[in-house]
Amino acid sequence: MKLLRAILLRLATMSVTLIGAAVVVFFVIRVVPGNPIAMMLPPGASEEDIARLTAHYGLDKTIFEQFWIWLTGVFHGDFGTSISLRQPVMPLVLSRLPATLELAIFALVIAVMIGGAMALTGVRHRETRTETAIDVANGVGLSIPDFLWALILIVLFGVLMPVFHISGRISPSLDLPFVTQFYVFESIARLRFDLWWDLLKHMFMPALALAIPLAAIISQLLKQSLKETMHLDYVTLSRTKGYSENHVILSEALPNAVLPTLTLIGVQFTFLIGGTVIIERLFSYEGLGNMAIDAVINRDLPLIQGIVIVFALLFTIINLVVDMTYALLNPRLRHA
Amino acid sequence: MKQISRRTVLKGTAAAMAISAFAGPSFAQGIDELVIAYNVNLPSWDPTVGPSAVNPTIQGIYQSVFDQFILQKPDLSPAPGLLTEWGWNDDKTKVMMTVREGVTWHDGSPFTAEDVAWSLTRAADEKTGNPIQFIWSTLANIKAEGNVVTADVARFEPTIFKWMYFLTGYVLPKAYYEKVGAEGFEAAPIGTGPYMVDKFERNAFVRLKANPNYWGGKPDFETVTIKFVTDAASRVAEIESGNAHVTLEMPYEEYDRLKGGNGISGTAAPISDIGMIFLNDIDVMLDPNVRMAAAMSIDKQLIIDRLLSGYGVAIDTLQTPEYEAYDASIKVPYDPEKAKELLAASGYSPENPVKFKIQTTRGFKPKDYEMIQAIVGLWRKIGIEAEIEVYEIAKHYELRAADQLAPAAFYNWGNSVGDPTTSTGFAMFGPSPHSVWDGQDLIDMIGPLWGEADEEKRIAGWKAVDKYIAENALVIPLLQYVQPILHADGVAVTPHASGALLPHLMKRAS
Repeated sequence: MKLLRAILLRLATMSVTLIGAAVVVFFVIRVVPGNPIAMMLPPGASEEDIARLTAHYGLDKTIFEQFWIWLTGVFHGDFGTSISLRQPVMPLVLSRLPATLELAIFALVIAVMIGGAMALTGVRHRETRTETAIDVANGVGLSIPDFLWALILIVLFGVLMPVFHISGRISPSLDLPFVTQFYVFESIARLRFDLWWDLLKHMFMPALALAIPLAAIISQLLKQSLKETMHLDYVTLSRTKGYSENHVILSEALPNAVLPTLTLIGVQFTFLIGGTVIIERLFSYEGLGNMAIDAVINRDLPLIQGIVIVFALLFTIINLVVDMTYALLNPRLRHA
Repeated sequence: MKQISRRTVLKGTAAAMAISAFAGPSFAQGIDELVIAYNVNLPSWDPTVGPSAVNPTIQGIYQSVFDQFILQKPDLSPAPGLLTEWGWNDDKTKVMMTVREGVTWHDGSPFTAEDVAWSLTRAADEKTGNPIQFIWSTLANIKAEGNVVTADVARFEPTIFKWMYFLTGYVLPKAYYEKVGAEGFEAAPIGTGPYMVDKFERNAFVRLKANPNYWGGKPDFETVTIKFVTDAASRVAEIESGNAHVTLEMPYEEYDRLKGGNGISGTAAPISDIGMIFLNDIDVMLDPNVRMAAAMSIDKQLIIDRLLSGYGVAIDTLQTPEYEAYDASIKVPYDPEKAKELLAASGYSPENPVKFKIQTTRGFKPKDYEMIQAIVGLWRKIGIEAEIEVYEIAKHYELRAADQLAPAAFYNWGNSVGDPTTSTGFAMFGPSPHSVWDGQDLIDMIGPLWGEADEEKRIAGWKAVDKYIAENALVIPLLQYVQPILHADGVAVTPHASGALLPHLMKRAS
């Protein structure tokens, strides 16, 4: 009952957050310099032409009138029409979201695998050269931003040793039987491993670029947490019982040490999704981030609004899921 | 000697198999499917409405699928296309256009004069949101009879036929468009152009199939994939890795590094885009000595050589050598000593410099910010202290439309039809939203030229305007850009002076 009430409270908070995000983005993008009409003025346009185009896109009304029209539309499920793409905003945004989600999830999986393996290895070989090497690798992983990793990977695995695709999400020559935009999941469900393999070859470099900094953070935090746990009495007890060091680390220390890392992963996952904007651009990956950059360049106000709302919704859902997972894994919170 | 164990051999074999499984597409053999790494996305398929309709960079993709009313050759000159003949009657009250026969749309239906009349009428209808409606609306009462289209001239526009191979000057299929509507057309566009749309993934790629019935002859490459790779470093990687056969618009240093080696060739030709500095007639720019000193103290060739690796053509008017009103006799000499004298006459010197702000983009065009830095350095030597403000291109458009640019502002101007109205005219005519120079003398000179029916007189008039502008330094033209294109040795690329990269002009290299 308490859990249900907590969830309802969080949902109410989410709504307030989303409305706040909507208001802020609506007014901010209209205040910053650059308007879409000026962007599309052809040579020779007169004042009348400017007025005509401004009216055509509804930008001749006051900002509050525009906001009211937009808000009314939103409550009816209409987020407006993209100025540059000339299509309804929400179907456009939702058609791109799966690509970004798949990329972010794949990056998260890589980050957890690399970070987790490094942390466990570091603890298993603590106070040896191996741990020092892992600390150095963590430092390098953290100090180089994801977009720079992307360029390094492009040169390494795209040019010098061309084993992965540099751009796109899937090879244009392939015929796609997909009915959803979740290509990776659908290719597995359809047992089309040829498509799955092609998708993976396109997704690997952008996902790895996103994953490396997060892997370093996970590695550092989990290793530290594990090392602290390894000194606790119950861990010492299990050692005295004669369990192997690997068993002690994996079965005794890890379940307790992983909780702070889990919270961090949740928080960092939202940053990771934010990072897809520039990474998708570099790899010409057809996700929401790539679309967001075009929308900003073209000052496509309805599209920017739609993308920000979807990102905000995504972030709040991720935070909710992380909190609930944390509550489920931590008995002290579950019964609080 | 160390023995190679069976395990080592197996490991090596497995590694080789793994690498081969990952290996990207091989392009070492003959090119079956031409892959182009393009520098912009294609937002919309309708080439007559919305922001993409006036984006010059996208026109190359549009022209692969749709035909314009009139064909434009790579040297910018017009040629018969869907219209085989065009012109006015003697008193310029009517236009007549003859439509090519035997052309079909991509769906196999016949192309007719009705399509031309409908496309012109639609373009002139302000409800469709065509940004060039103000030009198309100069024609009225558009009718098709047989293979001839006629229209009344509502307002004489000397450049109307030039617009027929410029922005939004495309012929769309009347029957098909009316049947499927705007959304249906967006989903499955058809034209009469050399290529048909086979597959389109927004922000990713468009796959084109050769139109076997193209009136200009079937293109050399059966399939063309245009990948949208907006990042220049990624485009370089695409061509270097062999994942693309053709790409464009990369840093000149990269162009020089890659051309002529590793199976990659290069083509660099001047295009119709120019770099210039707008001068706003405010503050110190009202002083002709300051303007002329600013113009005369810029060593354009030095900037081109040092910053653009020599890829550029110095210009002294807003016309390039390919434009109709280009006049090679109009020169603004590089003369820093004379510039100093001019400034001294107005009481300025290196010790007591004249101060103003110059705005520029950074990274929008090759070395834009660096060019302005170099210019500011040259100015400093003669007694001009300019403060650089970096802004986004969107802000430039907004400030220019509101006549609020700084005293000096760098910009690039595109004019792929090469007519003086669409360069000097719109950039310098005070009432135009694109001009920030509002001097009445210039307005009076330009005004009569808009509707001048005598072509020789019109071009001579624009040359006189350019001369006046140069003598009074009302704007500072800098350079004509050169477009770098890298391509696999197996592809012969014909550059188009408009800057459009056209797949149907690409052939298999012999």
